[in-house]
Amino acid sequence: MASIALQDLAHSYFADPKSESDFALKEVNHTWADGHAYALLGPSGCGKTTLLNIMSGLLQPTRGRILFDDVDVTTASTAERNIAQVFQFPVVYDTMTVGENLAFPLRNRRKDVQYVSDRVDQVAQMIGLEEHLHRKSRGLTADLKQKISLGRGVVREDVNAVLFDEPLTVIDPHLKWELRTQLKALHREFGHTMIYVTHDQTEALTFAEKVVVMHEGRVVQIGTPRELFETPAHVFVGYFIGSPGMNFLPIGLEGNQAIIHGEKIDLAQDYGNPDGEIVLGVRPEFARLTKDKGLPIRINRIQDAGRRKFVNANLFGTQINIVVDAGVEIEADMTNVAFDPRNISIFRNDWRIEGRATGTGAEGWS
Amino acid sequence: MNKLRISAPVMTAYLLFLLVPIYWLVTMSFKSNAEILGSFTLFPENPTLENYRTILTDASWYMGYVNSFIYVSLNTVISLLVALPAAYAFSRYRFMGDNHLFFWLLTNRMAPPAVFALPFFQLYSSVSLFDTHIAVALAHCLFNVPLAVWILEGFMRGVPREIDETAFIDGYGFTRFFARIFIPMIAPGIGVAAFFCFMFSWVELLLSRTLTSVEAKPITAIMTRTVSASGLDWGVLAAAGVLTIIPGAIVIYFVRGYIAKGFALGRV
Amino acid sequence: MQRSTNQRAWFLVLPVLVLVAFSSVIPMMTVVNYSFQDSFGGNEFFWVGLEWYRELLRSERLWDALGRQLLFSSIILLIEIPLGILVALCMPKKGWLASLCLVLMALPLLIPYNVVGTIWQVFGRADIGLLGRSLSDLGISFNYAQNAFDAWAIVVVMDVWHWTSLVALLAYAGLRSIPVAYYQAARIDQASRWSVFRFIELPKMRGVLIIAVLLRFMDSFMIYTEPFVLTGGGPGNATTFLSIDLVKMALGQFDLGPAAAFSLMYFLAILLISYVFYTVMISSDKAEPQS
Repeated sequence: MASIALQDLAHSYFADPKSESDFALKEVNHTWADGHAYALLGPSGCGKTTLLNIMSGLLQPTRGRILFDDVDVTTASTAERNIAQVFQFPVVYDTMTVGENLAFPLRNRRKDVQYVSDRVDQVAQMIGLEEHLHRKSRGLTADLKQKISLGRGVVREDVNAVLFDEPLTVIDPHLKWELRTQLKALHREFGHTMIYVTHDQTEALTFAEKVVVMHEGRVVQIGTPRELFETPAHVFVGYFIGSPGMNFLPIGLEGNQAIIHGEKIDLAQDYGNPDGEIVLGVRPEFARLTKDKGLPIRINRIQDAGRRKFVNANLFGTQINIVVDAGVEIEADMTNVAFDPRNISIFRNDWRIEGRATGTGAEGWS
Repeated sequence: MNKLRISAPVMTAYLLFLLVPIYWLVTMSFKSNAEILGSFTLFPENPTLENYRTILTDASWYMGYVNSFIYVSLNTVISLLVALPAAYAFSRYRFMGDNHLFFWLLTNRMAPPAVFALPFFQLYSSVSLFDTHIAVALAHCLFNVPLAVWILEGFMRGVPREIDETAFIDGYGFTRFFARIFIPMIAPGIGVAAFFCFMFSWVELLLSRTLTSVEAKPITAIMTRTVSASGLDWGVLAAAGVLTIIPGAIVIYFVRGYIAKGFALGRV
Repeated sequence: MQRSTNQRAWFLVLPVLVLVAFSSVIPMMTVVNYSFQDSFGGNEFFWVGLEWYRELLRSERLWDALGRQLLFSSIILLIEIPLGILVALCMPKKGWLASLCLVLMALPLLIPYNVVGTIWQVFGRADIGLLGRSLSDLGISFNYAQNAFDAWAIVVVMDVWHWTSLVALLAYAGLRSIPVAYYQAARIDQASRWSVFRFIELPKMRGVLIIAVLLRFMDSFMIYTEPFVLTGGGPGNATTFLSIDLVKMALGQFDLGPAAAFSLMYFLAILLISYVFYTVMISSDKAEPQS
């Protein structure tokens, strides 16, 4: 196993990329620490799969280097890198039995026969395939086939990393949870470095210790699920993580106050007076309906989702969402909204900025 | 890469193997008989169009092409017209004896034309269709209709049933739905089926020769007769052969984008 | 796909039935009829029962032709199927080169059968053909009109020339349908080139290869025009295959009864062998234990 360092990695599918928009992957610098479970999260087309294929050696990057434990492997073949990868759609060798499928990567590396059979039994047991070992793979259900793919991914003990490319796409929703749990168990048991690509934030946040968020070919933030939620580094992270996503309001800044349509919002930090396009972001969970405090809103609709209610409202022409606990009554005269100053994020030209801490501003929230 | 080192020579060798005999026919068609028989040359020394002029100015030659085109087109149209509804029925409905019927249709594709040559001759003579274009077109339906049904059924099965159901709910009648919605959706399949019908009808000789004598005689049959009669007019023979290759080459050029898919017959 | 039961579907099938009945059932009945009768002067018939069948089954002529036919079909299947697969594997995957290969390869398929025969008739002649001339310049005596082995060689090479592309194009279509993830997974699993072929490409091409084998078997078993033009069945009877023999009998000698009996047995033989082929190929897969 190894730590994997990406240095100035960029890739374009054009032979002769002219402008930055030709690049599917734009300048990535990141080190995957040995033995951790990561998720690579982002919408379709953001470059996740490209990055994965570059790491496994299926693609040659246009620029930059990849180091495994400080050894440059940029031009090394997939086999030399010793990496396992599981694909979006199940790949099984139809004419082999389930057991032969699992043994295939080991046999290709000429492992000892006894070792192969022990290892296959062990992996099959971990992912619940032992009763199918002697069946032909053709005609199995999609989730059994994907289990075989997962099994082939983790069957080699010495791999540098196991990469998963949206492996649960074709799986029934009620089985997703089971397979994800098995993956976490496999990670604990075998200690492989795992990188899990997905566009589903629930999958990412439940699987990984650290989540890497990608947007338009760039890594925009790396952090724990909690950090992504509370301190998004980029408006995209605010918007993409959370359901519904963060509310954004265009504002002017004056020290520790945000100005919107002449009204003032207190902030927990002093940001000075920066130039550029300034946006205030606050999560629906940190907004609260009030009767008099805060800013005036007009409620458009209320959705009751059982445990919580989602309120959609207009604030100076911008739509915002507010989450209200089920226990709280929404009264007719609740015509204002207040934000928790400690959980307000300020973005300048889409990127988060930090100010100097002040003692003021926190009193407005109770 | 290792793969390229093997692929390129194999491919080149195979294409050469395919093209050299054709090249030989083409060069011969530009040579005079004296040059063909007298001196052995890789290129025509005195290229001549005389052979082609012979064919294109003699009605008994060029009418052969016209005849071939007429019955091939007729056959393609007839085959598709009857195969479309049948293929739809096989792909959508279950009915009494459907599987047996489908299999029986396919067995007709396995019938050797030689078996049918004589009975066809008698049948078409008895209904006074002998030596007409329609006779050859109908005879070729023997193997083209099963093939067209088979290909079209494969393509139609790829179209989800929901399309039909939605259209019927929207108030389309069967005929209008079929013509306006369904046929455009399987247009590639129809193209592929038409290509195969054209191909098998164009290349067939035994039945078309047996069922014609003068009026509808195809070019391929005229060629064989000319060979046996005059025997040694190699230049004209080669030119006639080249002229029969051209329509096929044109058709291939137009369907080149569909060839790979077409050969999967809609059911990989 | 779920199909619903609907007996009115028969109306949609009706045109095909009428047409095929006209072009297959009626002629077939004529054939059956003839096979039990003898004729005098072309229009006097009398019943002879199974006499023609008995006579045919005893005649060496039929068995010789059948033997040659089976040998020919086996040889060309053994050459064309592996060669077609090899060519399909070597074809470029995309770009103008791929289109060019497709077009050039499809060309022999659209040449009328007798022109195919003519092309090789000319090509193989020692006096005016490139192949024949080259062979004789190399000191090899090659004369397909007099030497049976040479005749077989040129008929087989001609058929390979004519039809290997069909197998290759079918196999190519099968290969193109394999998702790229399979090849990527194989690289990850460190599979050798042979393993990729054995465990990915071959299983995925199975469906189209069954079609290819069936089509090539049926069509080679019915072959008539190409050898007829090329060798005329000769020298002697060396390349007289079933269809050539049948046409000689029916249209040449006008022996209606024996020809009809011959026809029926011929047709049944194709059906039978195709059916056996098909069943064996389909069940080779089902025979394995499914737990």
